[in-house]
Amino acid sequence: MSVEERRIVTRRLHERPEDSWTIDGALASGAYRVWREVLRTGDPAAVQEQVRLSGLRGRGGAGFPTAQKWSFLPEGRYPRYLVVNGDEGEPSTFKDRMLVERDPHQLVEGIAIASYAIGCNLAFVYLRGEFALGYERLTQAIADARSHGFLGRDVLGSGFDLDVVVHRGAGAYICGEETALIESLEGERGMPRIRPPFPAVEGLYAKPTVVNNVETLSTLPHIVEMGGEEYAKLGVNRSTGTRIFSVSGHVKRPGNYEVELGVTFRDLVFGLAGGIRDDRAVKFFIPGGASSQWLTGSDEHLDAPLDMDFVQQTYGVMLGSGAVMVFDDTTDPLLVAWRLAKFFAHESCGKCTPCREGTGWIEKVLYRMAHGMGRPEDLDLLFDVGDNISPGVVNAPFTQTTICPLGPSVVSSIASLHRYFRDEVQARVGVSA
Amino acid sequence: MSFFTDANLARAREIVARYPSPKSAILPLAHLAQDQHGWLSPEAMEQIAELTGVTPAQVFGTCSFYTMFKLRPCGRLVVSVCTNVSCLVTGGPEILDHLERRYALDPDVTVEEVECIAACGGAPAMQVNYEFHERLTPELAEDVVDAYKRGALAPRTVSGARAGGAA
Repeated sequence: MSVEERRIVTRRLHERPEDSWTIDGALASGAYRVWREVLRTGDPAAVQEQVRLSGLRGRGGAGFPTAQKWSFLPEGRYPRYLVVNGDEGEPSTFKDRMLVERDPHQLVEGIAIASYAIGCNLAFVYLRGEFALGYERLTQAIADARSHGFLGRDVLGSGFDLDVVVHRGAGAYICGEETALIESLEGERGMPRIRPPFPAVEGLYAKPTVVNNVETLSTLPHIVEMGGEEYAKLGVNRSTGTRIFSVSGHVKRPGNYEVELGVTFRDLVFGLAGGIRDDRAVKFFIPGGASSQWLTGSDEHLDAPLDMDFVQQTYGVMLGSGAVMVFDDTTDPLLVAWRLAKFFAHESCGKCTPCREGTGWIEKVLYRMAHGMGRPEDLDLLFDVGDNISPGVVNAPFTQTTICPLGPSVVSSIASLHRYFRDEVQARVGVSA
Repeated sequence: MSFFTDANLARAREIVARYPSPKSAILPLAHLAQDQHGWLSPEAMEQIAELTGVTPAQVFGTCSFYTMFKLRPCGRLVVSVCTNVSCLVTGGPEILDHLERRYALDPDVTVEEVECIAACGGAPAMQVNYEFHERLTPELAEDVVDAYKRGALAPRTVSGARAGGAA
């Protein structure tokens, strides 16, 4: 349990807590050095190649290889847009808020590098509406970057033009889904689009569009600086580099910890986050945000490595957005499942019937189960409703009858209750073993 | 009769000009309207429609999707208490319950339950006009709200802009 943080993306904000978000603080710790070098070299394809070599996978939740996402842009079609997903709303995820509030220049530098690599001259940051301080600091950072010549027309005499617009959301989790985000940015209700066409072909204003997460872009300057191959030496298997994990719940030291991928959940929970309050035992934890299935406090689960593919293939869970929610042995799993269902019911956009109706039904059934009013047939009822959203329910990876994964996410909790707490749940609704 | 003040109207036009399509400005203009007026009134939505080239119904259709837009008058202090899971297991619901009772009859204060606000490292957490307050108890939360009420803390607007500034 002697694991230590490996601070790359969080280095500046830890080293300069007093002024990491200001242009002076950022410049004093090397900001825009890589951007200057990228422009001097003048080879967008070389940047793409470094990102490919790095093995970088999106840090928003889906873990899709970033370079591959960029490669889907159709050749020769302009304008094309970079849209930054800063709508962080996955329950218990709080890394992007930290990166925007405390190191906005790193993000701006990442946006600049990505825009240059893909040939975009107008980038948008879709920032969660509730992040008032983040909005202030990011807009200030962009204004300062512009006045220092790092953005705007003919950046540093390179002939490359780049503007960045920060667009505030207004309270809707679904806008973290990339096509809903694009709808919202176009002034619509945030409802996901059917794919294809994918955003890379027809995204914002029906133009080729890349949507990348805040942490993903904040990592770019470091990848270019280190070189993709060097970066890829960090981490494990196809989970290269470092990631920021947001650890919360019943731990002694909740917070964001940047670690090299491949360390274990135990390293995070007991090493960095200090273990469980009152030294109790872990009953279960949710390893990758509310949409993931759960793991338990067993040695096997706690000792599993933070490897996106390993946990998916072995346990059907995901590292997702990097949110690790930890619950001690006093926690009622039904209460947690109900509260998550309430979240998804509230945040369902209403476009697809199985999700719009199903999340509400699941919330109501879980509410009564968690509050002493459950009926013996309720577990089967949950499965029936869940089956309409995710046929097969307990199978991973999920199938879905909906456009986006929000509906299937509510089924994750049900599948987890079934897998790990079936006896406990049955006892609560009057079924004897 | 303009809903926006002259200064905000100029600002609104500047916001519209940022986007390749004027309609994209609906959300930022709705925030601006709330900064000015304290909620999103029909008059505000009519002018937003005019500025973005759509109908008032389309503006309403968009804005009614988003929880930050208050379509009815609310208190000058919007207190958003998180009860999602990390706050659930650390006392968020107790804070919500306490504040809802304490300010039920106070026209200055609108208490609302919200979903995860990305402050789980400091759970239980809440926002007052989108300023974060973390590691709370019911009593500490009440102290915070009272500090805003008596002016010891300067609140942002109900859309989160600093007083005097605008989103």
